[in-house]
Amino acid sequence: MAIPVAASEPAAIDWEVSEHQIGLWQDAWTRFRRNRLALVGLAIVVFLVVVALISPLLVRLHILADPIYQQLVSIETGPGVNGHVMGTDILGRDTLSRLMIGSQVSLTVGLLVQGIIFPIGLAIGLASGYFGGRIDNLLMRFTDIWYAFPDLLFVLVVVSVWRVQGPWYIQLIPIFGAIALVNWVGLARLVRGQVLSIKEKEYIEAARSSGSSPLKLILKHLLPNSLGPIIVTLTFGIPNAIFLEAVLSFLGVGIQPPQPTWGQMVADGTEAIYANPSGVVFPALAIGFTLLAFSFIGDGLRDALDPRMKR
Amino acid sequence: MAVIAGRPNRGALLPRRLAAVTDSRVGSLAVYVIRRVLWMIPIVFFVIVITFVLMHSAQGSPWDKAGGRQLSQVVVDNLNKKYGLDKPVFFQFLLYIWNVLHFDFGLSYQYQGKSVVQLIAEGWPYTATIGTLAFALIVPLGIGLGVLAALRQNTRVDYATMGFATFAASFPNFVIGSLMIVLFSVLMYHWTQGAFFLPAGGWGVDSHLIMPAITLALLPIAYTARLTRASTLETLRQDYIRTAWAKGLTERLVVIRHVLKNSLIPVVTTLGPTFAFLITGSVIVETVFSIPGIGRAFVVAVTSRDYPMILGTTVLFSVVIAVANLVVDILYVFIDPRVRLT
Repeated sequence: MAIPVAASEPAAIDWEVSEHQIGLWQDAWTRFRRNRLALVGLAIVVFLVVVALISPLLVRLHILADPIYQQLVSIETGPGVNGHVMGTDILGRDTLSRLMIGSQVSLTVGLLVQGIIFPIGLAIGLASGYFGGRIDNLLMRFTDIWYAFPDLLFVLVVVSVWRVQGPWYIQLIPIFGAIALVNWVGLARLVRGQVLSIKEKEYIEAARSSGSSPLKLILKHLLPNSLGPIIVTLTFGIPNAIFLEAVLSFLGVGIQPPQPTWGQMVADGTEAIYANPSGVVFPALAIGFTLLAFSFIGDGLRDALDPRMKR
Repeated sequence: MAVIAGRPNRGALLPRRLAAVTDSRVGSLAVYVIRRVLWMIPIVFFVIVITFVLMHSAQGSPWDKAGGRQLSQVVVDNLNKKYGLDKPVFFQFLLYIWNVLHFDFGLSYQYQGKSVVQLIAEGWPYTATIGTLAFALIVPLGIGLGVLAALRQNTRVDYATMGFATFAASFPNFVIGSLMIVLFSVLMYHWTQGAFFLPAGGWGVDSHLIMPAITLALLPIAYTARLTRASTLETLRQDYIRTAWAKGLTERLVVIRHVLKNSLIPVVTTLGPTFAFLITGSVIVETVFSIPGIGRAFVVAVTSRDYPMILGTTVLFSVVIAVANLVVDILYVFIDPRVRLT
């Protein structure tokens, strides 16, 4: 899928290249910036990243309550009682602090999983699309099998089998593995489709006839031209990964306490939902709006990187 | 469309007499169905292989009780013997496949004395009821909202519908379920002094069904509405629609006879994935609303490492999804006469 590099010039024959050229990325950024919802999404995500980075520091400086400290005088209190802005949970732990620390897990899962999927899906998709034949056949059969396996069930089974002890980022390893395992297939299929459609274009023919090696052809021509949809797919993969981790935590097979995660907080809050409904509402909204923010960004990127999709 | 593209024409490999059969439309459909049904066998086989390998790569034995008292070695040996875990893994696998062919999925570890088939049969009515109700919401609401948004494109109706769809598609169903419990069970109870509220979970009365069915249906409704809208907009731009308007048909006729008929074709393809959604959704929704269906049983099996139950439900789910996709693909041929299966 080729992306027009610059706005089309009027038909007048003016062979001078204009002084100010607009590159692909600059063009995409201009279009992205015009999408207000995408900007809101970006702002929310940037805010979350900042929160995730500074909240341990705030806890260390005693500006923010300790997320695992039980304040016994205020168990199950609503927002604003005893100086807890968002109230406390079943064990008297500060909800705001747990929410802020919990963002670390969600963001790590969302962003890092894409980093695992990207090289695997890309390499296999490129190989399958470019060389075709047996690799391609194998990939397609493999995806047929994989599609019979719902994401969530597979991740649940894997995580229930492989559980690792240790701090939360160690416990995340099998979760990473499981989510990456179910998601790379989709990316590989997309890349394959991209390569198949671009492979026959004239400029690839031209590059090949002027003696480009397959490697150079893939890296310099096929890859940059199929990058747009790949980036969009990866962006939409972020909320999906966050969702899967949240569900695991909600069902009690994800990250184990004491590290707070949003899914776990919803589950804990449900236990005391009649005494203090805000214990469910805050983490639930945090999950929902985080996912919403990422899908706004995804929508914006799709419109920005593939102008023909835009209506 | 997976149906049309991407599959090599195998007709060339068939003997000439068979090739004559495959040339006719009904014949090609029959051949296609047979091939798809046969292709389900290796799929289910590999699902079993993958799950089986995963189960047996787990550290520890299923008899390790977390935090509880440990069983003595004699008891563990006896249990292993009873459930066939003392035999070599490969032999266990062959035995399992053999049993599956006889619809025997083994005994549950968690509920000792009950077979997996029994447990699934017990949970099935709950899951099926909620799933059917959700499906009954998805089709009319998803398609209706999508068509409405497309016909009123770029108006407030359109923005409201698509805004709702974006929210419903982004919020995970356990979040929506929990928020609905807070709103309709807890807060509503406070506000109306107990006069009106919905039960937060359980089973028995009709009002138990409302929130689970809506929670399960919201995400597919959002997807269906988005797709229907896009597809309807595409159809509205076609020449034959302009012709229909030009010859003076009423809006009703144009929409129902010309627009809907054509724009619903791609929507049918999403019904397969919708089925998969309903199944994975039931796992979460049944947990949120404490419904004793198969989804809940799967979660219990996963948290308590009840391997035969995990295997059994996974196989069941993958078969259901494969069959649903097959039915949708066949349905597609009947709806769209242009599609020819290869």
